[in-house]
Amino acid sequence: MEAHLTVDNLTMSYGQTLIQRDLSFAIGRGEIFTIMGGSGCGKSTLLRHMIGLLKPKVGRILFGHDDLWQLNPAGRGELQRRCGIAYQSGALLSSMTVAENVALPLEQFSSHRPAEIRELVELKLALVGLAPYADRYPSQLSGGQKKRAALARALALDPEYLFFDEPSAGLDPLSSRNLDDLILQLRDSLGSTVVIVTHELPSIFAIADRGVLLDATTKTQIAIGNPHELLAHDPDERVQQFLRRGQPVTHGESA
Amino acid sequence: MASAPSAQLQPQADGSLRLALYGDWRQPLANEVGRQLLLKVDRLREGSAVQLDGHGLMAWGSALLVLLRQLEENAARRQLALDWQGMPDGVGRLMALAHHNPEPDNGEPGHKGQLQRIGLRVIDRWRNFETVAVFIGDLLLALGRVMAGKGRIRLKDVTEQMELAGPKALGIVSLLSLLMGMILAFVGAIQLENFGATIYVASLVGFGMAREMAAMLTGIIMAGRTGAAYAAQLGSMEANEEIDALRTMGLPPMEFLVVPRVLALMLMMPLLTLYSIAVGIVGGALVCWLMFDITLTQYMSQLTETVALRHFLIGTFKGVLFALIVGVVGCMTGMASGRSASAVGAATTRAVVVSIVAIICCDALVTLITTVMGV
Ligand SMILES: Nc1ncnc2c1ncn2[C@@H]1O[C@H](COP(=O)(O)OP(=O)(O)OP(=O)(O)O)[C@@H](O)[C@H]1O
Ligand SMILES: [Mg+2]
Repeated sequence: MEAHLTVDNLTMSYGQTLIQRDLSFAIGRGEIFTIMGGSGCGKSTLLRHMIGLLKPKVGRILFGHDDLWQLNPAGRGELQRRCGIAYQSGALLSSMTVAENVALPLEQFSSHRPAEIRELVELKLALVGLAPYADRYPSQLSGGQKKRAALARALALDPEYLFFDEPSAGLDPLSSRNLDDLILQLRDSLGSTVVIVTHELPSIFAIADRGVLLDATTKTQIAIGNPHELLAHDPDERVQQFLRRGQPVTHGESA
Repeated sequence: MASAPSAQLQPQADGSLRLALYGDWRQPLANEVGRQLLLKVDRLREGSAVQLDGHGLMAWGSALLVLLRQLEENAARRQLALDWQGMPDGVGRLMALAHHNPEPDNGEPGHKGQLQRIGLRVIDRWRNFETVAVFIGDLLLALGRVMAGKGRIRLKDVTEQMELAGPKALGIVSLLSLLMGMILAFVGAIQLENFGATIYVASLVGFGMAREMAAMLTGIIMAGRTGAAYAAQLGSMEANEEIDALRTMGLPPMEFLVVPRVLALMLMMPLLTLYSIAVGIVGGALVCWLMFDITLTQYMSQLTETVALRHFLIGTFKGVLFALIVGVVGCMTGMASGRSASAVGAATTRAVVVSIVAIICCDALVTLITTVMGV
């Protein structure tokens, strides 16, 4: 397997506060890779390091053979443009409609004509089931709709790398399944490498090729591999608890 | 009918203690009963065993849980052995959930000495200067790229911002400039009348508005109006990860957000300043005409004779300078704000205060320099 994206010996912290240390894993081309872990363990932080928004305390992020932080800002921008990113909060530009948001990267970085751009935007919005909402402003959308709109924008340039921060949180089970399908289809058709932060177990088991599990207490990765195999073979109790929704003793019969 | 909450501490035959809770613990009285109980428990011999018995409980809420948590803490400190068996199921489950918290861990070094604190403050201030310098440098580079036609900027954004910073501000600039001109005329006329030199009011108003007041007035209006808006817009964009999204989309926020705003202000503020000078002069004329019997012709000829064109140019130049201040301060405080509603609010306030202080200081400096140079 040729590594398409590598996290090498990464330590992350905010100021003096250590978030995670000694993270190392490689993601192959066309792989769907999940970052798993409890709330607040540093998944979004890891994602922000991977896309170059935060600088590692220690360690490297490699896109192919390029070290993200050895590049000059222009080179880093180049790399970031090959990434489609859907943020946890959506991060749609609030002064633009949904359609304008999706069109923005196309207008700025592609040579399509305006009519073509309009059609592409319609297509991307249709893929996430938001076609009727093209002319709304982000503030007029529900939480789940914002997430899907952000997804459509991330897909705008058919990127080589796709990063999703909890794409299905806040979606109903059916939309969530459709989203899983969409991600699988995208990977198969575009060959994109997909990194997803999620703790939705059904979607982890349905689409993830591999994943890494972060732990908040030891502040490092405690498992890496295919989720089914981890469930079947990993002896670590914390891994089993996470993958089986293993609950603390107190969650016995309902009161 | 609900009965009052109560607690009893009874010694048992085997030397242990039984703590029995009765009644409705959702009543306000529960807090008082809880306090009394904690006092009693504090007087127990170290190492005693206490069995809790909740069979007499009729209803309970958070007050009971708070009490039990304190009880547990005290027990741990005084090595009492608590036995939870007799408490209702739900209590145990909620207590277990409350236990299940990660240790707070803020790696900040704990105690800081006075000297260290002063040192940190100084470093902090110095970093502030650094960020301002870096921001202005970045802005100039971005402006250069945009001018060279290589920047990521949408013309639509610039025109939109120009409308907001220009025509939309005309109303308030008109009103305040008119009043400012009238005040200048009034104050001047009262003094000059003593010397029978009332006609010089025209010179005073023209000179005062053109060189000082119009630029400063528009600057302050725009700081409160547009600078605050910039800080709030960019601050909430930062809070909503929009700025990150732009950055990773390859649209540098400096080019895409800051340049259109600063550019729009720098184009519109000199025009607003000129407009404000004109309205101020009209205000002065009104006062002269209505209260001091100076005709419009007299007023205008006196004004054009005594107030040279360069004073208008200096005023306009100040307009450009203050536009830069308002734009840079507004955008910078917005982008540097934290990711919360209150941080955005604080950034807005700071933008206005810093802009106004900077405008007045800068104005004083320009006045000093031009006076020394004799222009
Ligand atoms: N800007 C920041 N400054 C300081 N600490 C932060 C900052 N952002 C996040 N943290 C802390 O870092 C830790 C990791 O945050 P992060 O957002 O990566 O969590 P997460 O794993 O994505 O959680 P969730 O699943 O709830 O989104 C948290 O404990 C959080 O409190
Ligand atoms: Mg997160």
